[in-house]
Amino acid sequence: MNRSGTTGPRLVAIFLMGGALLNYPILSLFARPSEIAGLPLLYAYVFGVWSLVIGLMALVIERRRE
Amino acid sequence: MLQGWVIVVASFAYLGVLFAIAYWGDKRAEAGRSIIANPYIYALSLAVYCTTWTFYGSVGRAASSGIGFLPVYLGPTLMVPLWWYVMRKIIRISKAYRITSIADFVASRYGKSQLLGGLVTVIAVVGVIPYISLQLKAISGSFTILRHYPDVVMPAKALALPFLQDTAFYIALMLAAFTILFGTRHLDATERHEGLVAAIAFESVVKLAAFLAVGAFVTFAVYRGFGDVLGQAAKTPELRGLLTVPATSGSYVSWTFLTLLSMLSILFLPRQFQITVVENVDEGHLGKAIWLFPLYLLLINVFVLPIAIGGLALFSGARVDADTFVLTLPMFRREEALTLFAFIGGLSAGTGMVIVETIALSTMVCNDLVMPVLLRMRSLRLNEWRDVSGLLLSIRRLAIGAILLLGYAYFRVAGEAYALVAIGLISFAAVAQFAPAILGGIYWRGGTRAGAFAGLSAGFAVWAYTLLLPSFAKSGWLPASFLSEGLLGVALLKPQQLFGLTGMDEIPHALFWSMLANVGLYVAVSVASRPGVSETSQAALFVDVFERTHAFDRSRLWRGSASVQDLLPLTGRFLGPERAREAFLAYARRRGVGSLEALPADADLVHFAETQLAGAIGGASARVLVASVVQEEPLGLDEVMDILDEASQVRAYSRELEQKSRALETASAELRAANAQLQELDRMKDEFMSSVTHELRTPLTSIRAFSEILRDDPKAPIAERVRFLAIIVKESERLTRLIDQLLDMAKIESGNAEWHAAELDVREAIQDSVEATSQLFRDSGVELAVALQPAPRVRADRDRLVQVIMNLLSNAVKFCPRGGRVEVRLAPAPEGVRVDVQDDGPGISPADQDIIFEKFRQVSDTLTGKPRGTGLGLPISRRIVEHFGGRLWVESELGRGATFSFVLPLDAAAQAAEEPRRAAQGTGAGR
Repeated sequence: MNRSGTTGPRLVAIFLMGGALLNYPILSLFARPSEIAGLPLLYAYVFGVWSLVIGLMALVIERRRE
Repeated sequence: MLQGWVIVVASFAYLGVLFAIAYWGDKRAEAGRSIIANPYIYALSLAVYCTTWTFYGSVGRAASSGIGFLPVYLGPTLMVPLWWYVMRKIIRISKAYRITSIADFVASRYGKSQLLGGLVTVIAVVGVIPYISLQLKAISGSFTILRHYPDVVMPAKALALPFLQDTAFYIALMLAAFTILFGTRHLDATERHEGLVAAIAFESVVKLAAFLAVGAFVTFAVYRGFGDVLGQAAKTPELRGLLTVPATSGSYVSWTFLTLLSMLSILFLPRQFQITVVENVDEGHLGKAIWLFPLYLLLINVFVLPIAIGGLALFSGARVDADTFVLTLPMFRREEALTLFAFIGGLSAGTGMVIVETIALSTMVCNDLVMPVLLRMRSLRLNEWRDVSGLLLSIRRLAIGAILLLGYAYFRVAGEAYALVAIGLISFAAVAQFAPAILGGIYWRGGTRAGAFAGLSAGFAVWAYTLLLPSFAKSGWLPASFLSEGLLGVALLKPQQLFGLTGMDEIPHALFWSMLANVGLYVAVSVASRPGVSETSQAALFVDVFERTHAFDRSRLWRGSASVQDLLPLTGRFLGPERAREAFLAYARRRGVGSLEALPADADLVHFAETQLAGAIGGASARVLVASVVQEEPLGLDEVMDILDEASQVRAYSRELEQKSRALETASAELRAANAQLQELDRMKDEFMSSVTHELRTPLTSIRAFSEILRDDPKAPIAERVRFLAIIVKESERLTRLIDQLLDMAKIESGNAEWHAAELDVREAIQDSVEATSQLFRDSGVELAVALQPAPRVRADRDRLVQVIMNLLSNAVKFCPRGGRVEVRLAPAPEGVRVDVQDDGPGISPADQDIIFEKFRQVSDTLTGKPRGTGLGLPISRRIVEHFGGRLWVESELGRGATFSFVLPLDAAAQAAEEPRRAAQGTGAGR
């Protein structure tokens, strides 16, 4: 286990970011009855952040030095 | 037309495929060509997280609370990045100590405690049974609905049917049979089931494909894309709320609590532990799973809201349970094949969960509940049985059957009172109780057995009181007044508003109180109690697993010895004699011993045997068994602490040593650099010496030569004598000048030069220098032009300044051809005053422009090849100018003459102190 590496801290940072974006109060900013590109704003936001988190994790994991 | 037999045949065909895959997987594993040894299969098998609760229940929850179905999937997504630390550690610990279940993990951490193992098993079984019953309910419900195809009819109350006609009962039996066949084929010390994992991964593909097919059908065939189907909600007032978070005060609290709850569940659900930890082939697979698994969760949720809203819009008015939309929407549109596919998808979601969960639970029940009891029953004389492995397998098979029947029983008792999601969350809250004991156990050495026991019991009790008993009350098992008025009519004890806490949904409410009790007691009792010997050593082994996996540490923490003759038969009884013998032989080879008999009877051997046994019957029972044949020398607590301290001291020493050797490396690198610099300086000194002697010799040679002529030839004409004497004088002057300059240079460089700084007018200094050199110009036939603007006074040493200017002038004259022209200019500059001395000599090539400021480095005369001058004038001048905070430089092009310039700052005295900084910055003014 490469505990001195940067992968762990990066993943923790992603966790912190996801936790902040997908909870109150930031979440409540998007809980409005409006639409973005035909999709409900909240639905688009949550799935957008979700995809972002997965994408970042993929980036961190796949580009780590073995 | 989907007739009953079609559905049954399809179901059995599907289970047949599962059998085939599992069988193939096991065969491949035996042949050593594992099909599950890659991160993709691992990530897919993790998706056993998605059960019928996901497949059917998410839509149901979305239909009632909109986006509220998501925290259960966002939680795991947020948890997986932390796996890098948490899960790696758990996997490493489990592999090192052959831990095969959560109960075993907790028991081993807290000193191989049978009591704790039993408690965790009870919590897991009681907590997860509702979840298993949920799967039975969903599968049988979907079967009943499908049987009425094409009419959409909700399943009648399960209670209405006697259980011999109840599909759920048969489904439970069928799943028990499948699980027994593939989960308990033989005893394995690692408890790994490769074939089964392959089948589970396949099921994950099937359920995802089925759900996506239904979702795409609803979104793109029934409606015209996401915008259209979600637009249905915007059009209908009662559905509009589904697109935002409800405005009630508790909904964000619920959201956060559910996220937290599912973060813990993904770690501690028995089936997740089984797949993530026990069935893990390679720790490295965790990496890819960290992003693949959340991606799976995302995909299976994309169509949940469209299906929910589509169903609500299409079935508006009809009494169709939203939990069945995945199945009833294709039915409604008469899509036979898709309906059947959806049913198979639900079946795969349910079977996958039930199989893995029951295997995990049966391992716990056998190792941590039944075996400890049997080992205590001395009348059984279990120690004397020749082969207990058959008994172990039978216990597990019975446990699997019993767990599934319990699930069925719960389904009959309470199943109808709840929607799918509510049942699942009750189980989530139960397994969350493991979090303090396990997370605390792997990061905090201070957690004790008493603390873990107190925390787990309290958390479990609160969970049962606030979630399990209410579920019984709602289904009529307990009086309804229990809910509405509280226990014995005490309002403060209302299970869903404990101590008067209102404003929270039942799950956050229960999670809050149970976690408060659990964490509170775990910490409080841990710090208050004094850990025993085995607790202390196990705590160290778990918390420092990355440092202590070496056998040396483990065996030193336990002192005792036993011979192979004692240990092999003991292990053989539980693993089977053949497997045990193979394992011991492999161990002997690892230790470099030829035969079993030659194995030394030491602590390491005992540890090996115990680990083997732990894999089969759990750590706590293994400890008891091994202790019965081993001559044990009990270690005192102080002794264990000493060993642990010593070990950490050794580690601290080695860290210190590492640091020191790093420091040493740095120092030696610095020394090398300094040495190289010294050598370079030495070389320069040699060069300098040879230059100096050369420069001194030239005038000396001519002085000597002419002196000898005068001595040897007394009759030389007077005119000749005068000429020779003039040469001798001139050469002596040159010699003196050279020595003066050398001394000057040495003084400046060593910092011993005397400076008499005073305010002065540069113009006067230039005029003095011009006067002093005018004869030189006349002699050389070079014209000297002087252009002096009024300039501010500067602070400098007058004599030194004159020395610099004269040096520049004499240089200019030296290189100017006869009839050439030299111009001296003085002008104010932004940073002070600037002096230029321009000549129209041959110029200096860019490569030589730096060299001329080095000592004794002269640019050879292109005509004669002979150097002119001492080669010290420019270096000295530059040092003088720099001493007063100024700069001296040259601008020149070959064939176009050269301009030597210097600037002096206005308040040179004040700035002389800042000289190094100024020199470092370099100023561009004046150019």
